[in-house]
Amino acid sequence: MSVLVYAESWNGLFRKSTFEAVSYANETAKLLGTELTAISLGKVDDSELSKLGNYGASKILSIEAIEKGDSQSCTNAIANLANDASAIIFSNTYAAKMIAPRLSVKLRAGAINNVVEIASNTSPFTVKRKAFSTKAIETTKVNSEKVILSISPNSFKLIETGGNCIIESIESPDKGDVTIEGQETQSGKISISEAEIVVSAGRGLKGPENWGMIEELAEILGGATACSKPVSDIGWRPHSEHVGQTGKAVTANLYIAIGISGAIQHLAGVNSSKIMVAINIDPEAPFFKAADYGIIGDAFEVIPKMIEEIKKIN
Amino acid sequence: MNIVVCISSVPDTTSKINFTENGDKFDTSGVQFVINPYDEFGLTKAMMLKEASGGKVTVITVGDATVEPVMRKALAIGADEAIRINMHATDSYSTAIEISHYLKNNPNDLIITGKESIDYNGGAVGGMIAEIMSLPFINACIGCEVNESKVKLIREIEGGKETILANLPLVIGGQKGLVQESELRIPNMRGIMQARSKPLSIIEPTANASMTESLTFKKPAEKGSCQLVDSNDVAKLVSLLQNEAKVI
Repeated sequence: MSVLVYAESWNGLFRKSTFEAVSYANETAKLLGTELTAISLGKVDDSELSKLGNYGASKILSIEAIEKGDSQSCTNAIANLANDASAIIFSNTYAAKMIAPRLSVKLRAGAINNVVEIASNTSPFTVKRKAFSTKAIETTKVNSEKVILSISPNSFKLIETGGNCIIESIESPDKGDVTIEGQETQSGKISISEAEIVVSAGRGLKGPENWGMIEELAEILGGATACSKPVSDIGWRPHSEHVGQTGKAVTANLYIAIGISGAIQHLAGVNSSKIMVAINIDPEAPFFKAADYGIIGDAFEVIPKMIEEIKKIN
Repeated sequence: MNIVVCISSVPDTTSKINFTENGDKFDTSGVQFVINPYDEFGLTKAMMLKEASGGKVTVITVGDATVEPVMRKALAIGADEAIRINMHATDSYSTAIEISHYLKNNPNDLIITGKESIDYNGGAVGGMIAEIMSLPFINACIGCEVNESKVKLIREIEGGKETILANLPLVIGGQKGLVQESELRIPNMRGIMQARSKPLSIIEPTANASMTESLTFKKPAEKGSCQLVDSNDVAKLVSLLQNEAKVI
């Protein structure tokens, strides 16, 4: 018996969400009285791989020549190493959303995503997850012998163990039936699902030319920018920034909503954030009912002042 | 090209979500059901591909008779045929098993699901169908070009996008970007009339293969009241965020 965790990397580096999944997996391994093994797919240097030891992985299995977009190959790679595993842990990333369902079928392991807490029982595995776009917390039981859990980013804290790990190189499995042609990523851009601070704006901003101050506020806070659905529908901002029920989910420490009225669909996607701030000129905006702090005022006056004040404390 | 679009019947996005008294089931009373928004992007894409190169669009769902209005709407939008597998969908695996069983007997070129349903948010049915059928699976697609049997897909990844080449048959998970919001189709009167006479077949499930089980649902705790700060005192808001909430 063992616990496996998929330690996802981007351009050879792990992110906070990876270490959260490893921490979660290590706590699960403790519950089961067993050791934690991490699987890394793609080229990652040993110095980076060894960081996983600090979050509880005792062994790292590294497969270098493999593409994350090739879900068949990644599934086979993990399945080959999972004979002995009773739990396989993922962070709920784009890659996990392709691999975990396939692996669930291949290993006959019940898969639960959006997991927000450590299992309350391991026989049978019982966990809490977000459902109905965070309008509900569901308790789910897994009836199969093996389980696959995908952890919602920013839901489980990092637990450093100061441990060491050994690194073992594993041969790549066969390629799947797809060819990866290329990637386009904006370097240094913080992903909305993982960001600790998200600065989001809506139609109250009046036009795409006014987003400069939103980007500046996000930048000085080290956060990501986001937008409401109408703003992405009319093309002021890219679809990838749309947050809400039919866009991305946000679980930030701080969510700042500027010129967003707070429709039920928008709130559904963001209300698992710890602290929410609403800035809106309309005192009747529903967002004020959901927010922790608010300013009734003109964003074009409030935001520049806010940037100035934050610069003073930084 | 023959395309199957998997449809989930979900509560309208404006619905207030409630659960039965003991918290074990979603309370459907007073709730309007719609085509899962992510599936609707896929259905619209399927219609466009059919219009460009011919073929047939079939919509399929797993559910009891209450989901039929949503399937009729998919037919009114333009699907040629609807299939309902007569089973209350309990988990992703049993749903994927049933749909795959249909697909094995009725081979199609392209299978489109939404990247997830907006109710249970499992996001697993597409990937599971692909594994059961031994097909490629590309999720969170924001672009799909088909040229005979070759397909060029663009999927969203953290902070960017990736282009993938694949061959039919395959399974994709769609979202906004696969088609634009403005390209979604509202059924017209002619479509609604035609939908009444299009086939909606009911097939019985093969087995109940569930691996997971919902126990209870709870609504998150309500937030306390909002602390309002005067718009002339932005410094106070920043101070509260720094010293009280400790988030900056």
